[in-house]
Amino acid sequence: MMSGAGSFMRQASRDSGRLDDEVFGQAFNYRVVARMVPYLKPDKGLVSLAVASMLVFTATLVAVPWLIKLAIDEFITQGDFTGLMWIVALFIGNAMLNWGANFTQEMTIARVGQNLLYRLRRDMFHHLQKQSVSFYDKNEVGRIMSRVLGDVYQLQEFLSVAVVTVGNLLSLVGIAVAVLILSVQLGVISLATIPFLILVMAVWQPFARKAFMRVRRAAAIVNGSLNENISGVRVVQAMNRQERNAEIFETKNRENHNAAVHASGISSGLLPSVDMLTAISIGLVLFFGARLVGSNALEVGALVAFVMYIQRFFDPIRSLTMQYTQLQRAMASGIRIFELLDTKPDLEDKPGARDLPPIRGQIEFRDVRFSYVEGQDVLKRVNMHVLPGQTVAIVGPTGAGKTTLVSLLSRFYDVEDGRGAILIDGHDIRNRTRESLARQTSMVLQEPFLFTGTVRENIRYTHHDVPDEEMVAAAKAVGAHDFIERLDDGYDTLLHERGVNLSVGQRQLISFARAIIDDPRILILDEATANIDSYTEMLIQKALQTLLEGRTAIVIAHRLSTIRGADKIVVLNHGEVEEVGDHDELMDRNGLYAHLYAMNFAALKAAIPE
Amino acid sequence: MILARILALTFAHKWLLAISLLCVSGATAAYLVLPWLFGTAIDEVARVFDGGTVSETVILRISLTILAVSLLRGALTFGQTYFGERLSQAVAYDIRNRFYDHVQNLSFKFHDIHHTGNLMSRAITDVEAFRMFIMASLVRSPYFAILFFTTAGILIWRDWILGLVALSFMPVLAILTAVLRLHLRRIWLRVQEDMADLSTTLQENMTGVRVVKAFAAERYEEAKYEASSTAVSDDMIRASRLQALNTSVMVFAYLVVIGLILWVGGMRVIDGHLTPGELASFLFYMQILSLPVQHAGMVVNSYARAYSAGQRLFEVLDYRSPVQETPGAREMPKSRGHVRFNDVSFSYDGRTPTLQKIDIDAYPGKVVALVGAPGSGKSTLVNLLPRFYDVTSGSITVDGVDVRETTLKSLREHIGMVQQDVFLFTASLRDNIAYGREDASMDEIVDAARVAQLDDYIRGLDEGYDTEIGERGSTLSGGQRQRMSIARAVLLDPPILILDDSTASVDANTEEKIRTAMEAVMKDRTTFVIAHRLSTVHKADEIIVLDRGRVAERGTHEELLASGGAYRRIYELQLRPQEEVMMEFDVPAEAEAAVR
Repeated sequence: MMSGAGSFMRQASRDSGRLDDEVFGQAFNYRVVARMVPYLKPDKGLVSLAVASMLVFTATLVAVPWLIKLAIDEFITQGDFTGLMWIVALFIGNAMLNWGANFTQEMTIARVGQNLLYRLRRDMFHHLQKQSVSFYDKNEVGRIMSRVLGDVYQLQEFLSVAVVTVGNLLSLVGIAVAVLILSVQLGVISLATIPFLILVMAVWQPFARKAFMRVRRAAAIVNGSLNENISGVRVVQAMNRQERNAEIFETKNRENHNAAVHASGISSGLLPSVDMLTAISIGLVLFFGARLVGSNALEVGALVAFVMYIQRFFDPIRSLTMQYTQLQRAMASGIRIFELLDTKPDLEDKPGARDLPPIRGQIEFRDVRFSYVEGQDVLKRVNMHVLPGQTVAIVGPTGAGKTTLVSLLSRFYDVEDGRGAILIDGHDIRNRTRESLARQTSMVLQEPFLFTGTVRENIRYTHHDVPDEEMVAAAKAVGAHDFIERLDDGYDTLLHERGVNLSVGQRQLISFARAIIDDPRILILDEATANIDSYTEMLIQKALQTLLEGRTAIVIAHRLSTIRGADKIVVLNHGEVEEVGDHDELMDRNGLYAHLYAMNFAALKAAIPE
Repeated sequence: MILARILALTFAHKWLLAISLLCVSGATAAYLVLPWLFGTAIDEVARVFDGGTVSETVILRISLTILAVSLLRGALTFGQTYFGERLSQAVAYDIRNRFYDHVQNLSFKFHDIHHTGNLMSRAITDVEAFRMFIMASLVRSPYFAILFFTTAGILIWRDWILGLVALSFMPVLAILTAVLRLHLRRIWLRVQEDMADLSTTLQENMTGVRVVKAFAAERYEEAKYEASSTAVSDDMIRASRLQALNTSVMVFAYLVVIGLILWVGGMRVIDGHLTPGELASFLFYMQILSLPVQHAGMVVNSYARAYSAGQRLFEVLDYRSPVQETPGAREMPKSRGHVRFNDVSFSYDGRTPTLQKIDIDAYPGKVVALVGAPGSGKSTLVNLLPRFYDVTSGSITVDGVDVRETTLKSLREHIGMVQQDVFLFTASLRDNIAYGREDASMDEIVDAARVAQLDDYIRGLDEGYDTEIGERGSTLSGGQRQRMSIARAVLLDPPILILDDSTASVDANTEEKIRTAMEAVMKDRTTFVIAHRLSTVHKADEIIVLDRGRVAERGTHEELLASGGAYRRIYELQLRPQEEVMMEFDVPAEAEAAVR
């Protein structure tokens, strides 16, 4: 249990190490794009192939009106049948090239894109594995989820849009070049509307940016509310809140709807302008083109090609305006993804840290001070010595720092340099790799956590090569075997969503079995038996007595019966060790332990009949 | 079937649909006039070849007409996208509301097997797939239809030979589309399932971070994640390959047809059957056709996606909660809270019984304590009372009325429950306590917090009752969260109280204080208590010891101690050193053997 004061301090310190959910509105961010480049490196060959096929694809498309112009001007108007056949053959050849390039382009781009996303997802997950527990104290799971899944999904959409956009830009350039070659005069005239288009876009952009930011904010609110109310549905039903919640949800959903409609009004507002500019360009080309043809400065086929080009020219622009939201969204996602990847793990192995050798289990806390927030110590100068094989109980009132103490031992958090040290077998644990420490310790937490999967998978967890007999023996030892056998598929029963189909106590038994399979040198039990009845608890303790032989155990518990058998009892109060000793010694001292014991006993005493 | 249901949802917004379709049709018509105008202009220009001159006024007139038509088209395109978006948003809004309301009312049985992440992905991704289909495909269907049929008609009418040549790629398109749709639908369904696996692994990895860290399981978890991640990538690439094949073939077929038109049309121009302008307008029409050709692939994809999304959405929306209000269910009158379990049996799966033949008579003012090993059925028993699940046989009555004959709302209003798994909402402490009773006054809230021994702690916070707490209340300790949950139930002021292991994480002193405060609260109410600590249990009017779903023992504390059964054993265990008790009672041989 977190100390009362400590937990609140953590809340106050949220600013540091917490991911920001600011909404961004840029449609292009150089840094995001630059950061993605390294992810493409391993696919260099594929990328070049994609670029090459894209160029070929664009060229073959730009060539189409040109070939038509040639056919009309050189052969059709000249009445040349054979020439026409040849040009048609060329045309078909061009089409085949287009086919090949198109397929290659799409396939390679899809592959490159998926590889990139795969690497990003992998890196994010890997990075998340390195984050310490305090990172997860500060960041809600839902928000991280939306980064790893939602934002990567946005990037995926972005990639397909980006490819279309690059293709569009390429064909824009290709068309501009073709048009200018056909006729410089007419080319310049047809491109004359572009500055106006840029102007229109510049005016439009800030509105669009704001509107789409509103949309994303509204969507995040709707999703957050859904997530929370679905996970809390049991409370919602117990409290009869459905009607009220439906109302609240409807309001949020309504705002989301309105924001989207508003944004669509703005984004579709650009279309008429683009259409108008296209029409003006075509009108200008026709008007001046006709003059040029009249004065024999231009051929008819060229004019046809011109009209075709101009229609094509504005298509990319149209689609660019439609992709604008997607670009904006993707950049925001990119920023968030890289922000996550850049979060420095606040607990890292020192450079060159060596593994902890196989340990005997001697633990020493040396002047350990610790705080979640600077200046507010949760542990003040804790000194504690545990011999290999000892079972030590940590006792104390709520907020004494019990959970913090064991969290430090597992290196969920690190003791700051100069604020004491924790030594195992004489090694300062900060100087060794965290993994080698964790491999030799195990923990059973107050709230049992199981994974979706079978009972068998959950007991074995990382030790998937453990033989069945050993796994069953562990289950029997903690008294879980009987109820597991009674499940429909025994050890192969699938546990849904962290085992909701089991009672909390049953889940706890499985997590005990998991800890036993882990075969640790040091076992930490953090109120592990709070949700278990005394009889089952006794079975577990009985099993542990044998199992713990030669191992060190640290036990946090409220129930007296759990504590009394410990070799040593450490009484914590306000972050300091107040007393140490075994039960009898502490009772004799008549200090805090004796007081706690008396209080506890008084509560029970009422249950003793006269 | 699924398409029909999507259509039905869309038809609910008749006016929006009508106006969108109207705009689409108008815009398409305007769009179709353009190639004809271009052609006329080219013809005018082509008169140069016959020795004529180009009339600038005619060209000017045509140019201005093109401008006017484009203006109209622009306005209608605006209408098309704007109203199309409104329509799709309106449908998405409806589905989201329905989905939410449906899910929040489904009984626990549904939520036991459906992962939150899974439901979320349906509510977000699948609804979005739906929306995209309506906007990009459904609303634009007249665009495709009109473009295809009018263009086909015009082409054939102008020159039937050329027209038939121009349309020869249609069958290719149709066949490709049909084949593709079937394959894509399957792949999309698989992608969605892969994604669900991925998100489950991710979510559990983070929620269970302490377990992962404690077991040094990072690499194991990465391997698990990698497997799902690879599956997603592979299936996505498979889908892309199909799409790439499809679009490239379509564009190819289309280009070949243009080549053919150029050839056949060119010869006909040379023959004098066709003017160059007519050939040009043919080509312009073909260019117009290129857009729907490119889009056809996207439409197919969006339909395949919407179809699999629809399957997943309707699966949830069609799920009928096993806990149903009977037709004509009555409001439960203000009850006194006299609860009876009559021969109640219950099974989660219809096979293995979880509870068997339970009889309980709990009158107002009575405290019933439930004791037993994990999985003996304690939580299940209390979950039956508010009808989170329905009994398999037997009945539960409140004041003589069968709970299945009343409305769920009125029934649950009579019950205040502290659940074992505490869930707090992202809101202030005050709002969390007042969750079930928003109209509660500040005094009432403070009183409830006092009973739960939280008032002092909350007052010590800088922002007191206005302090915001995070998701799942992660900023509070386990004991504090349990106490929040107690305060929440106390504030409801219900005739029936259920406390499911509600003080397990609270230290003995605080527990004692809560118990004393609760004594006053429990007076005149019917209370069910599940607990492991004797101190909580011993004062109960009736203690029921459950064993594998059956009542093993029942009676008062004194009676049960006297009878020397399982309860006596618990008592001994909590009061006397463990070693002593172990000597006295036989620890099952099995446990002994297992340890060796």
